[in-house]
Amino acid sequence: MNSESYDEMVKKASPDSPLLKDCIRAFAVGGLICVIGQMLTNFALNYGLDEKSAATFTSVTLIVAASLLTGMGLYSKIGKFAGAGSVVPITGFSNSVTSPAVEFKKEGYILGLGSKIFIIAGPVILYGVLTSVIVGMVYYFAGR
Amino acid sequence: MAKLTGAETVVFSKPVSITATASTVGTKEGDGPLGKLFDRVLTDNMAGEETWEAAESAIVKDDLSILFEKSGVRPDFIIGGDLQNQCCGTNYGVKDIKIPTFGIFDACASFGEALALAAIMIDSGAAENVAAEVSSHFCSAERQFRFPLELGNQRPQTSTYTVTGAGAAMVSSADRPPYITAFTAGKITDYGVNDANNMGAAMAPAAAECISSHLRDTVRDAAYYDLIVTGDLGYVGKELLLQLLKKEGIDIADNHIDCGIEIFDKASQDTHSGGSGCACSAAVFAAMLYKRLRNGELKRILFVPTGALMSPTSIQEGKNILGTAYAVAVENEVIKWNI
Repeated sequence: MNSESYDEMVKKASPDSPLLKDCIRAFAVGGLICVIGQMLTNFALNYGLDEKSAATFTSVTLIVAASLLTGMGLYSKIGKFAGAGSVVPITGFSNSVTSPAVEFKKEGYILGLGSKIFIIAGPVILYGVLTSVIVGMVYYFAGR
Repeated sequence: MAKLTGAETVVFSKPVSITATASTVGTKEGDGPLGKLFDRVLTDNMAGEETWEAAESAIVKDDLSILFEKSGVRPDFIIGGDLQNQCCGTNYGVKDIKIPTFGIFDACASFGEALALAAIMIDSGAAENVAAEVSSHFCSAERQFRFPLELGNQRPQTSTYTVTGAGAAMVSSADRPPYITAFTAGKITDYGVNDANNMGAAMAPAAAECISSHLRDTVRDAAYYDLIVTGDLGYVGKELLLQLLKKEGIDIADNHIDCGIEIFDKASQDTHSGGSGCACSAAVFAAMLYKRLRNGELKRILFVPTGALMSPTSIQEGKNILGTAYAVAVENEVIKWNI
């Protein structure tokens, strides 16, 4: 049997993820995180912060909260339930940095935690920065 | 004397006995359907250690001490394997025991390889007692092969869950059933599978080839065995195995079970395709199959631990996941082979 026909067999035998259920959960949890974010922003605005500071306050609070939940072993449970719903928001990014930090702390603070903390988030940071530079240059030369 | 029969099978006409087995598992396995059968169930998967890797070695050490106690002998050699780089799980586990040790690696098929090599040592007279032992730990395997434990992601339906624990068997020249009567060594297979979340698919062809070679070499029918037991194919791999063998005219639907399916309850334990890891087949053999052979409920089984061969580097470099399997015939009587 060649690998193409085996691949067909494997596809037939492998169950798909429950797409509808996953989507509903992702929508609900992702939405809930955004609602919490909006509440934080409104809270900050009510206390007299300007819009920019309120946005920063919201991001920082969500990042710290997700990081704490990761350390307590709860964020992985949320992630298992919600999938993309808890990966896409800023809390997911926080989790992707904190979880390697927790995992690799045992290999030391320099070569363990220090070198492996961005093992998941690294590509997002690298290509995020590169994309920003390219978009910035396009804007600079063509957008004005 | 051991004899090569057919292309890949070695048969034993002298008694090569399994005189005792020992199994130690983690908390999740203890909560599973076979929970009551294991010799020891951990209350904490850290086993009182600082790291997951050290915990695995502690499990190895404990499980071997249970084996020595149950068999009443200290073996001449240990043959052991695990999933950690350079067999660290085994090596740190046996270092204080001071018995000459062979470290082997065949991924989750390691227990099959260990039993086969131990049987050859007993048959040749190189040793009186050899301990075959393997281990795996969910957390050390996740850390080496997948993502950090606390990363919030979802596992695909085809993925399997690495068993935490160890399984061991004392292979001996003592004449007491059950006996290892033959084994068929696996060939490495490559069917183009490169999805690390579908190990069952990578291993099923190896299991199919190994079982089919075994039956051909020994001139036996699949129905000869009360059970044909694969290691950790899971639900996806099982279906593929049955289909692959059917194409060759071999039907094992009625007498096939898979240790990865037996060890967890899919519905309540959320383990998707089933259990995997070296300890999956070894602990199920030690806890369930051996006991059923001893009490006569089973008379002859073909035990086929399966392994997915790859490393984090080979996966990153886009290489296919290879498969292997060892078929070990364990029967309640010594066979006078005449083939």
